Amino acid sequence: MLCKAPLLLPAMGLELYVDLLSQPCRAVYIFAKKNGIPFQLHTVELLKGQHMTQEFSNISVLQKVPVLKDGDFVLTESSAILIYLSSKYKVADHWYPADPQTRARVHEYLGWHSDNIRGTFGVLLWALVVGPLMGARVPDEKVERNEAQMNQALQWLQDKFLGDKAFLTGQQVTLADLMALEELMQPAAVGFDLFKRHPRLAAWRGRVEAFVGAELWQEAHGDILTIQDKAGKKALPVPAPEVKQRLLVRLTKIP
Amino acid sequence: MGLELYLDLLSQPCRAIYIFAKKNGIPFQLRPVELLKGQHYTDAFAQVNPLRKVPALKDGDFTLAESVAILLYLSRKYKAPDHWYPQDLQARARVDEYLSWQHTALRSCCTRVMWQKLMFPVAMGQPVPPETLAATLAELDRCLQMLEDKFLQDQAFLTGPHISVADLVAITELMHPVSAGCQVFESRPRLAAWRQRVEAAVGKDLFQEAHEVVLKAKDMPPVDATVKEKLKHSVQALLK
Repeated sequence: MLCKAPLLLPAMGLELYVDLLSQPCRAVYIFAKKNGIPFQLHTVELLKGQHMTQEFSNISVLQKVPVLKDGDFVLTESSAILIYLSSKYKVADHWYPADPQTRARVHEYLGWHSDNIRGTFGVLLWALVVGPLMGARVPDEKVERNEAQMNQALQWLQDKFLGDKAFLTGQQVTLADLMALEELMQPAAVGFDLFKRHPRLAAWRGRVEAFVGAELWQEAHGDILTIQDKAGKKALPVPAPEVKQRLLVRLTKIP
Repeated sequence: MGLELYLDLLSQPCRAIYIFAKKNGIPFQLRPVELLKGQHYTDAFAQVNPLRKVPALKDGDFTLAESVAILLYLSRKYKAPDHWYPQDLQARARVDEYLSWQHTALRSCCTRVMWQKLMFPVAMGQPVPPETLAATLAELDRCLQMLEDKFLQDQAFLTGPHISVADLVAITELMHPVSAGCQVFESRPRLAAWRQRVEAAVGKDLFQEAHEVVLKAKDMPPVDATVKEKLKHSVQALLK
């Protein structure tokens, strides 16, 4: 009888599970690429419901992206991933400064971000693209409320956090800038002219983009910047019924 | 001046910081900011935190908001034992992961349960539709399940064998719905056992002390009309 020798798979190294349509995924992607961190990219297409598969659940029970896998170590939550990568790959100090007070400012921003930016800035894409893709409409009243919330948050972002500094927590780019800017890029990509209305934020965006580099910036934003166009041309994947069901539930959670 | 901590023990994150500072023998001046008296709206407090929220820290000229930032700053500055926020990369990542997740999950939920079940009707004299409360309680249930399945699992504490700031943040959150009369631990033996361990690690006296105010929340008098007017706008979102 033929006995097959067991297949020994090579060690995988760092793996990142992302969908560049997602704000925190872009922050992680840009960070890893900018810092020359070697990783295996796994694209998890949210519009196709690939995050809802059993296969992906086996990697992360919360069924969200981004996810980091480093050998047997699996990590969710973009800020945790960014901090882990910063330390493990010993990136330049400015990203996550060792100085206790500067580091505290990064965490202070990330805390405020969770309550005021995350969630809020993702709504317009759902209202203008994902909802219509499934034939669902988000009531005008909700869109208006969301715009008011975004405007309020932008005022705080500009006045309390950025102020007249070059970046959110000081004179150099940190994790906070990536997390923040990627959220702002979401509604900006579907026509919310927040940068035109907030010149200081526009200038800050310019500085972050320049730091990241045009090529990497293009690469990371290709999907989100073309999504509305693709939707118009009916070139987006239409979610399967069971995926559509769950996306519709998510849509109803918009306050 | 030394370290000053601006806290209202009615607030979950304030309790986590209070417990952490006391447990680690960190010397601080407690600056009470009574939310239900609108004391967070004063100009004096705005100097400490322009976002007008508690907790807030003042360390000489350095002011800091946001509970996670404060906990990590204190941990580092006062060299708290490693298990609170480990140096080990993966152990620390587990704590960071919890601290990030809890913001938009457990924290949001526990705040709404407290407000919808207790604060709106008792303090604000504003009834909450039963279906709204029911939906929020269902969400709490889902969050508790995630807390058990994704974080606690079969471990002694949320992020491993030792207590960390993640456990302080979580337990103080859960005491919110407990104070509002929810049976959080009764049907969840794993969580109940974890709670016992956290209380034992923190010390029963300190745990009691930190929770004295919130456990009496159901007996609080209605909020003053002028304060109600100020609070009304910022708490409307908690009705969802």
